[in-house]
Amino acid sequence: MTATQPAPAAPEAAQGPILEVRDLHVHFGARRGKGPTAKAVDGVDLQVQPGEIVALAGESGCGKTTLARSILGLVEPTSGQVLYRGKPLGRGTAALKPYRREVQLVLQDPTGALNPRQSVYESVAEGLRIHGVKGDEETLVADALARSGLRPPRRFFLAYPHELSGGQRQRVVIAGALALEPSMLVADEPVSSLDASVRGEILALLLGLVRDLGLSILVVTHDLGLAWNIADRLAVMYLGRIVEQGPTETVLANPRHPYTRALLSVVPEVHHLETQILSGEPPDPTRVPPGCRFHPRCPALASGEAARAGVDDRCRNEAVPILRGVAEHHAACFLTDESVKKESERRPRTRGSHAEGLQ
Amino acid sequence: MAATSTRTFRPSAGQRRLGAKLIGAALSLAFVLVFNFFLFRVLPGDPAKNLTRNRLVPAEQVEVLRESFGLGKPLPQQFAQYVRDTLSGDLGISYKFRRPVSEVIAERIWPTVLLLGLSTLLSTAIGLWIGIRGAWRRNSVFDRVSLGASLALYAMPEFWLGIMLLIAFGVGVGPLPGLFPTGGLSSPDTELASLAGVADVARHLFLPCLTLTLAYIAEYALVMRSSLLDELTEDYLTTARAKGLRDALVLRRHAVPNALLPTTTLIFLNLGFIVSGAITIETVYSWPGLGLLSYEALRTPDYPLLQGVFLLFSAAVIIANLIADLLYAYLDPRVRTG
Ligand SMILES: Nc1ncnc2c1ncn2[C@@H]1O[C@H](COP(=O)(O)OP(=O)(O)OP(=O)(O)O)[C@@H](O)[C@H]1O
Ligand code: SF4
Ligand SMILES: [Mg+2]
Repeated sequence: MTATQPAPAAPEAAQGPILEVRDLHVHFGARRGKGPTAKAVDGVDLQVQPGEIVALAGESGCGKTTLARSILGLVEPTSGQVLYRGKPLGRGTAALKPYRREVQLVLQDPTGALNPRQSVYESVAEGLRIHGVKGDEETLVADALARSGLRPPRRFFLAYPHELSGGQRQRVVIAGALALEPSMLVADEPVSSLDASVRGEILALLLGLVRDLGLSILVVTHDLGLAWNIADRLAVMYLGRIVEQGPTETVLANPRHPYTRALLSVVPEVHHLETQILSGEPPDPTRVPPGCRFHPRCPALASGEAARAGVDDRCRNEAVPILRGVAEHHAACFLTDESVKKESERRPRTRGSHAEGLQ
Repeated sequence: MAATSTRTFRPSAGQRRLGAKLIGAALSLAFVLVFNFFLFRVLPGDPAKNLTRNRLVPAEQVEVLRESFGLGKPLPQQFAQYVRDTLSGDLGISYKFRRPVSEVIAERIWPTVLLLGLSTLLSTAIGLWIGIRGAWRRNSVFDRVSLGASLALYAMPEFWLGIMLLIAFGVGVGPLPGLFPTGGLSSPDTELASLAGVADVARHLFLPCLTLTLAYIAEYALVMRSSLLDELTEDYLTTARAKGLRDALVLRRHAVPNALLPTTTLIFLNLGFIVSGAITIETVYSWPGLGLLSYEALRTPDYPLLQGVFLLFSAAVIIANLIADLLYAYLDPRVRTG
C-alpha cells in the first residue's frame, strides 16, 4: 500500500482534504476463479476539500459507482486507501461506524433506496437510531425533512414511499442523510432517475446544503452539463482511471484529454468543440488495453495528431501515470499534458509511487 | 401534498378492498354449496343400494332407508332442504356411521388439526430458516446441500415419501426393527388422558408429521431463498448498510421482513390445500382424521359425509385464501394504502 506517499502541496493542504483516495484499485474476481478479473477501479487518486463539490463523470461502466461504493467502505478495495480527514478507513462494520455517520450516501434511484415498507418517519429515523443520536427523535426527523424541502415535515411522517413523487422520495433519502449531520455526501447520480423538471430542484437543494451547512459533496454523474452547473472540481473517469481533473471551469473551457473533449463535444450547450462521436468498442474492464487505456478509441491518435507530435508510440505502449489528486488541472495524456509527458519520461528511473505497473 | 390527500383516502380504500374480499369469499362459498349439492346428485350409484351392498335386504327396507335420508323427495325440495340444513349446521346423516355428519366430522377433525398444525409450524420454522440461511450465505456448502435436498424433496410425491418413511421407520428395514408404529392415532387400550397416552399419540404422530413437514419444508425453503435473494439486490439494503447498520440487522430488519411477504402468502394459501392434501398421508398412516374419513366415505360411497367433508375442504381453501389476501394487505403498505 502507499501509506508513505507524501501529501501534495496544494494551497488547501493547510486544512487538508476531507476525503482522499490514494491509488485505489477495485478488481472483481471472476466467478469461481474462472474467467478474467474486471478492473472496475484501476488506480484512482482523488481529493475532496471541505465545502467542495467534486463531480465524477464518465460513461457507463467506467467504474464510478464502484469507486463511490468503495469510498463508503461498501466494497473492499483490492489495494490502495481511502482516507477520511487524513485517517485511513477501518475495516468491518464496527470500525466503519463513526465514519458512516460522517459520510452519507445518496443513491440514484430513490424508489429502490427506500424500504417500501418503512414510512418516511421510520426511514429518516433509522440512521438516528443506528448511531444512538441524542435529542428528541421527532424534532430531529422533522428538521431533516424540512431542510430537505419537505414542508410541513410532520405531514410526511406517515407517508410511504409509493405515495410520494420521485423528487419527494429523493428528498426523503437526502433527509435521512442530513439527519445524521454528516460532513460529506456521496451522491451516485442523484438526479438521473428523476424527471427533468425536478432535477434542478434537487441540485439546488444540494448546492444549498453546501452553502448553509458547509457539506462536501462527491457527485457521480455521466452528465457533464450537470457537473458544469454545480461542481467546483471535475474528475473525468475512463475505464477505472481518472483521465482528467481540475477546476470545473478550467476543464470544461479547455479540456485536454481527447476523451473529455469527445464527451464535452456532445453536450448541447457546448459550441466551441466539433462534435465527436467515439467509435470503437465500449471499454471492457476485463480487457484493459496496454499503453494509454483510451488509445483504441482516441480520436487524436486516429487522426495522426499524436503521430505528428511524436507520442503515438507511447500512446500504444507506455502506461500513463496515475493522475495525482491535486487541485490543478491535469490530464492523463502524453499528447496534451506536459507534466504527464515529463513525469512518465522519468518513470523508469524513479519508479515514483504514482506510476503504474508496480503491483 | 400528495401524501396527505392519499392519507384521508386511506380508510375507505382499505375498507372497500376488505369488503370486496369478504364478498368474494362469500360468493365462492355459496358456489361451492350449490356445486356440492348437484355434484353429489349427479354421481352414479344409488346411495340406499350402496348402503346395503353385499347384503340381501328386502326392497321395503331399502325404501325406508331412502325415505329416512330424504332421497325420495323432488330435487328442488331436496335443494331447499339442503341449503337450510347446511346453513344451520345440519349436514345430514352419514350412511356409513348412521350418525349426523357434523358429529362425525367434529370427532375426526382434531387429529387432522393436530397433524396439520404441528407440521405446518415445523415446516414453516425450519423451511424459512433454511431459506434465509441459504440466501444469506449463497453458494456456501450449507446453501448447496440444502438447495439440492429441497429440490429433491420438492419433486417427490407426498405419498411416496410417506410410504418410504413408513417402510424405513415403521416396518423396519433388514435387521433394523420398526421404530415407530405404522398407523393409527394410539395403541389399543391406552388411556389418552394420561402421560403415557400423550407419549403414545406422539409416537404415532411422528411419521405422518415428519412426512408432511419434509414435504413442505422444501417448498418454503425454496420460496424463502429465492425471494430473499431477490430482496438482497435492493438498494435500500445498501442505504441501510451505508448508514452503519450491521449486516445481521440489515438482514433481520430490512431484507427478511420484505422477503417474508410472498412466503407468508404462500403458507396461508397452502394451509387450505394441505387440509385436502392430508388425505394421502392420513390414508398411508391410517391417521384417523378428516383425510382418512374422506377416503372411507369415498369407498362406501357415503354421499352426505363426502358432501360435508368436501364442503369443509373447500371452505378451508377459500378462508385460507382470504386470510392470505388480508395478511398481504396488512403487511404491505403498497397494497394497504395504494
Ligand atoms: N460486483 C461486481 N462484480 C463484477 N463486476 C462488477 C461488479 N460491480 C461492477 N462490476 C463491473 O465493473 C465495471 C464498473 O461498474 P460500475 O457500476 O462501477 O460503473 P458505473 O460507472 O457506475 O456505470 P453506470 O454509469 O452504468 O452506473 C462494470 O464493467 C461492471 O460490470
Ligand atoms: S495518451 Fe495518446 S492515446 Fe491516450 S488520450 Fe492522449 S493522445 Fe490519446
Ligand atoms: Mg453507476
